Order: sequence, then structure tokens, then C-alpha cells
Amino acid sequence: MSDKSHDPNQMTGAAMIVRALIDHGVTDIFGYPGGAVLPIYDEIFQQSEVQHILVRHEQGAGHAAEGYARSTGKPGVALVTSGPGATNMVTPLTDALMDSIPLVCISGQVPTHLIGNDAFQECDTVGITRPCTKHNWLVRDVNDLAKVLHEAFYVATSGRPGPVLVDVPKDVQFATGTYHPPRKSDVHRSYAPRVKGDATQIRKAVALLAGAKRPVIYSGGGVINSGPEATRLLRELVEVTGFPITSTLMGLGAYPASGKNWLGMLGMHGTYEANMTMHDCDVMLCVGARFDDRITGRVDAFSPGSKKIHIDIDPSSINKNIRVDVPIIGDCGNILGDILQVFKAEAKKPDIKTWWQQIAQWRARNSLYYKKSNDVILPQHAIQSLFEATRGRETYITTEVGQHQMWAAQFYGFEEPHRWMTSGGLGTMGYGLPAAVGVQVAHPDSLVIDIAGDASVQMTMQEMSTAVQYELPIKIFILNNQYMGMVRQWQQLLHGNRLSHSYSEAMPDFVKLAEAYGGVGFQVHKPGDLDGAIQEMISVKRPVLFDCRVASLENCFPMIPSGKAHNEMLLPEQANDEATAKAFAGGKALV
Amino acid sequence: MNQPASAYFIEERHDPNETHTLAVLVQNEPGVLARVIGLFSGRGYNIESLTVSETEAQKHLSRITIVTTGTPMVIAQIKNQLDRMIPVYQVVDMTQTRRSIERELAMVKVRGQGEHRVEALRLADAFRARVIDATTESFVFEITGNTDKINQYIDLMRPLGLVEVSRTGVAAIGRGPEGM
Repeated sequence: MSDKSHDPNQMTGAAMIVRALIDHGVTDIFGYPGGAVLPIYDEIFQQSEVQHILVRHEQGAGHAAEGYARSTGKPGVALVTSGPGATNMVTPLTDALMDSIPLVCISGQVPTHLIGNDAFQECDTVGITRPCTKHNWLVRDVNDLAKVLHEAFYVATSGRPGPVLVDVPKDVQFATGTYHPPRKSDVHRSYAPRVKGDATQIRKAVALLAGAKRPVIYSGGGVINSGPEATRLLRELVEVTGFPITSTLMGLGAYPASGKNWLGMLGMHGTYEANMTMHDCDVMLCVGARFDDRITGRVDAFSPGSKKIHIDIDPSSINKNIRVDVPIIGDCGNILGDILQVFKAEAKKPDIKTWWQQIAQWRARNSLYYKKSNDVILPQHAIQSLFEATRGRETYITTEVGQHQMWAAQFYGFEEPHRWMTSGGLGTMGYGLPAAVGVQVAHPDSLVIDIAGDASVQMTMQEMSTAVQYELPIKIFILNNQYMGMVRQWQQLLHGNRLSHSYSEAMPDFVKLAEAYGGVGFQVHKPGDLDGAIQEMISVKRPVLFDCRVASLENCFPMIPSGKAHNEMLLPEQANDEATAKAFAGGKALV
Repeated sequence: MNQPASAYFIEERHDPNETHTLAVLVQNEPGVLARVIGLFSGRGYNIESLTVSETEAQKHLSRITIVTTGTPMVIAQIKNQLDRMIPVYQVVDMTQTRRSIERELAMVKVRGQGEHRVEALRLADAFRARVIDATTESFVFEITGNTDKINQYIDLMRPLGLVEVSRTGVAAIGRGPEGM
């Protein structure tokens, strides 16, 4: 006879949650306690395998978990209470869904008998988070909990990764049931993401690549999500074919920025050479990217003369915005391997010398040009200085959203994947600071910098307190122009220079603010002081707010006005009033 | 300026809309219908008709039949978006197979007297509608058929004293011996 009280798999729901985290190799979670998760916090208190990072706002927990996930390739875990705890997670969940970041959120819920009663801190968490998760569950029976938790981890990390949420009522946390370790049958039989690409499609793709005269590789975040092997294979494919390569915002670092075939980022604020190469190519290989509207510009004028190959693990990405000729569904690492194998066996490097000459002419336009000044720091110059100062170190960069984000993407050269954490799809201001917290937790000895804007950083500033509490020496490098720069840029270009509410009248003293939190503050006004201050910032082993005062009216170029084609971009030297007015005429309704 | 209103709209203008009937086999679990409906409203797809019921209780399987309209590209999107949901086993485009039968059931209440009553009964006979409730001044007819037949029947009942209609929405199944 087995005595149930001595069965090690008999435990409370709260204990199961901690046990499942351990079984899935989770060492750090981000969260905020509250009434409906107290049993779980009680379990966390009584163990030492899972470290809990206390944030200052649940949104911070979500973004920190995203930063953790994006910089490690492992799932990020957040723990929040019911009601406001759960609703505060909506932004990070949506952010993770848009950028395919594996996130497991565990939320507390009011006891099952109170569900539907408008109880204190009750909300329909699974209802609210249904459209912003890959999948979610409400667990009403403690004996289902282990299965659901294991499935949650599997769903978050397999196929196209994404956020999941498990809502656990308080009585289920208290109830005792049977735990089991992860097993295959925990997963819905209806969920089986395809990994291997179709062999016929792969042959078709190779035939197109081998016959290309004006090819381009356009890679995205999917390559990074697929893992280190996909990155290695992508680099090998570029080497074997000799093709030019560009990348989306999310894909930066998969191919090194110092590589000779690198064209820079493409899209709305991409380089001239990347966008022109996309526009004029005859064969496009899209790897793990999704033809987002920030990439394509005007869809009916997007790369009109090319045959398009699209590798994606999510069938719904195929033909969503752009019709492609050869779709290949599966994991991009797996498919790149197959393509390489067939290409090496049956094709030889196409002669694309004249194409490269054409690209060299586009490169010569120097589309990232800006005029340096001795009096005022140009934001582009600040990023370049930061890049030079951190080169060769293991550096992780996060960003907020806006002009500074685009300048960071343009001027910071990423050599490795997982080093660049940014909110691409959702465009969440306030992402970068908490994301940096998460990255630093995962990489305690690395240099972690949030390239921030003065407006964005104030949205989640409270997480400075988290950084101080856990001695996380994150560096918040604020390009302070006292404006919501990107909002102002659009107002200047599209709304007759009426700068409606895009100027921050009452800027806090960031140095004092840093000190108030227990961190270190810097403020720099002069270009001559910049390099020294950056060095000093790097050497400080505490959280830093670096107030870099930059030219307040600088705008981000080059730019494809929305609704325009890749070959209609506006270059910095052309951006005088007349050309700008013409380029943006009629585009007001667009986002 | 003749600019398209948004990048998303440009593609849609050339292709005419099509109506498709999709059969979706799902795990019967809480929230699964909300997921499917939420997908349609969230992404701006149309639902013309929706029918759902558990079809295999032992395996906890439900079948959702959706009639939707859109350009071929949008229809393909809808199928892919449905297919990637975790509890969805299979999505079959019944219209694309060209080998499916579609039926709908309607209950039609008609109130009238004299010649109208006689005419209603006569038409019911022609349409093979059954009387399932009657009073001295009303009938409730049950009619089964494809959507067009039911629409036609309801139109005919209107001048004869149509009171209300309850319809099940479309159910569809493939012809021949093979299952879905």
C-alpha cells in the first residue's frame, strides 16, 4: 500500500508550479506578489533553486522576462497576481507575441468558486490575454496543473516561439494533487509544428538561387529564434553563394555587421543600398522574416521583378502581405542546412560581379551620412562612440522605441545573435530598461546597455529600483533631445510642423534621479566629453543613468515615407523642406 | 493624391471576394469557440454563418463550420491562422474540395388565416417543409436545405405572414466514402 502523504509526487498546486519551473531548467523568474499568488510566493520562499527577481511593476516583469529570453534563447518566466497584475502583463505578452519571444506567464486568479462574481482583483485573465498569447489556460483542477505547465513550456518554446499564460486560481494553488514530470502526452495532439522543409521546394529554391543574376538574402528574427546552428548556416550560405545580405530590425546580429556581404538593415529606416538591392533584385531569399509593413513599404511596388523564396515556420506568414513564388515551411536552421547541402552538391557560385558593382554605387551614396558638430552631440555620433567604446566586449544592447532605436540599429554594429533586444513588432516605449534588467540577470558579468530616449525611459523608470536591489549594473544611455523624437519627426514631415504634445516641458534631472534610486548619474553636453564619460560609465559597476544631451531637432534618415516604394527613399542630404514636402505628400493617413 | 490608404489595402483591390465554407475540427475545451471567433473579429475577417457542436464526445472533438467571405489571399490567411491555433486539429476548405454537401435547418413561424394559410401549406409541401407546430392562426415549419433554398422559402413566406425565423447555420460534409 502506498501512503499518499509520503508520495513525493503528492503536493500542493503552488509546490507543483515551483517544481515544474525547476524541471524545465528555470533558474530565474520575474514577478510581483499579490493576494492571489501568495501560496506560490510561500513556496518560492522555502527553496533556493529558483531565484525570484522582484520588479516594481508587472509590465517590468514581462519585459525583463523577454530580455532574459531574447538574450539566452531560453524561455522567460513571469509571475503575477490576479486582476491588475494580469492586466499589467498585457503589453509584454503582446510584445512577445509580435516578436515571437518565448515567455511563460503564471498568473494568480481568485478562487474557482468566486470566478464570475466580480470578486476583488478578479478579471477574465484568459479572456483578456487570449488574443495576445500563443495559447493560454485556466486550470480549475490541481490534477491538471502539471500537464498544463509542461504543455505551456512546450508551446512557448517550440514552433514559432511565443508567450503563453497559465491562470491558476488560489484554491487550486492550495489544493493537493499528483505531480508528474514532463512527458510527451502533455501536449495537445493537434499541435505539431512542422520542422523539416519540403524537399521539392528546397530544390526549386536552389535552382532559383543558382540561376540568380541579382540575388539578395533578407533574414529576420526567425534565424535567431532557431538557434546558433541557423546563424552558422546562414553565414555559411552567404559565404558559399557570395550573395549580399540584409536583415530586419529583429534579425540584426545573425550575420555580422563587419561581414563583407552586409548591406545594413532594410526597411523604413534601412540603408539605401539594402533597400535598392531589395527593389532591383531578381531572386530574394527571405529567411525567418515576415514582410512586415515597415519592411515592404508600398506592397504593390515591393521588389517588383523578383522571384521570392520564403522560409518560415509559421504557414500563416506565407503570402500574408507579399505573394511569394517558393514558400518553404519549417525551421529555418533545418531548411538552410538542406539548401546548403543541395547547393553545394549541384550548383556553383553564380557570377554576380556586375550586381556587386551596382551595389557599390548605391553604397557610395553613404545614406547614413550626418554632419558632426563640435558644439553639440549628434545622436548618431553618440551611438558610434558607444559602439567604438564597447567593441570587443561581450555587450548586450536593449532599446526603447523611437528615433534612438533606429539610430542604434543603424550605427551599432552587431556581430553576434542574441545581443540585440528591441521591441520590433509592437513598438513598446518603456521596453528597454526592464529588458536590460532581464538581460543582466541572465548575463551578470556582461556589459548591458539600454540605448534609450528621454521619453520612453520615463515609462518604466521604476525598474531602476529593481536594478539597484539586485546589484544589476545596467547602463541606461539616454539620448536626451527633450522631445518624443519620432513623434516630432512625423509631425514635422506630415502635420505641418505642428508639434502637438511631443515636447517634454518638465524633464527630470536624470543625475539626481539616478542618485535617488541609489544608482550613478552622468550628464554630458559636449562632444569632447563624450568618450571619456562613456569609458567612465562602463567602468562603474552599478546601475547608471547616462543623460546624453543631443541635438534636439535631429531627424532619423534615410527614410521611406510610408506608402512609398523602396526606391523612393528620402536620403539625409535631400531632406530639405521642399523634397520632404513632396516625398510625404498624401501619406498622412498611413502609420 | 491618389495614394492607397494603407499598405494593407493595396493588395485587396484587384481580387473579387469569394465565399468559402470551412470545416474546423477542434479539441472541445473551454474557450475554444472564443478563440476562433476572436480570431475572426480581431483580424477583421467576415463570418456569414457559424455552426458548432461536439461531434465525437469520446475524443472530445467538436466541429465548427464557418462560412466566410474574402479574397483568395484572405481565405488562405484565415485557413492558416485557424490551423496554427493549438487546439485545432484540421481545417478543410469544403468549397475548395468541390465535393461537399451543405445543409441548413430553419424553423419558420407564419401567422395568417384563410387563403394565406392554404398557400403557406402548399408552398411548404413544394419545399418539403414539415409542419412541427400549428394553431388555428399559425404554423411553424421545419425546412432543411442549402442556404439558397431556405432564403427562397423565407422570402415566399414573407407576404403570407412571416413572424420569425430560427436558423442553425450551415453544416457541411464531404461526398464519398472518405472522412475528413
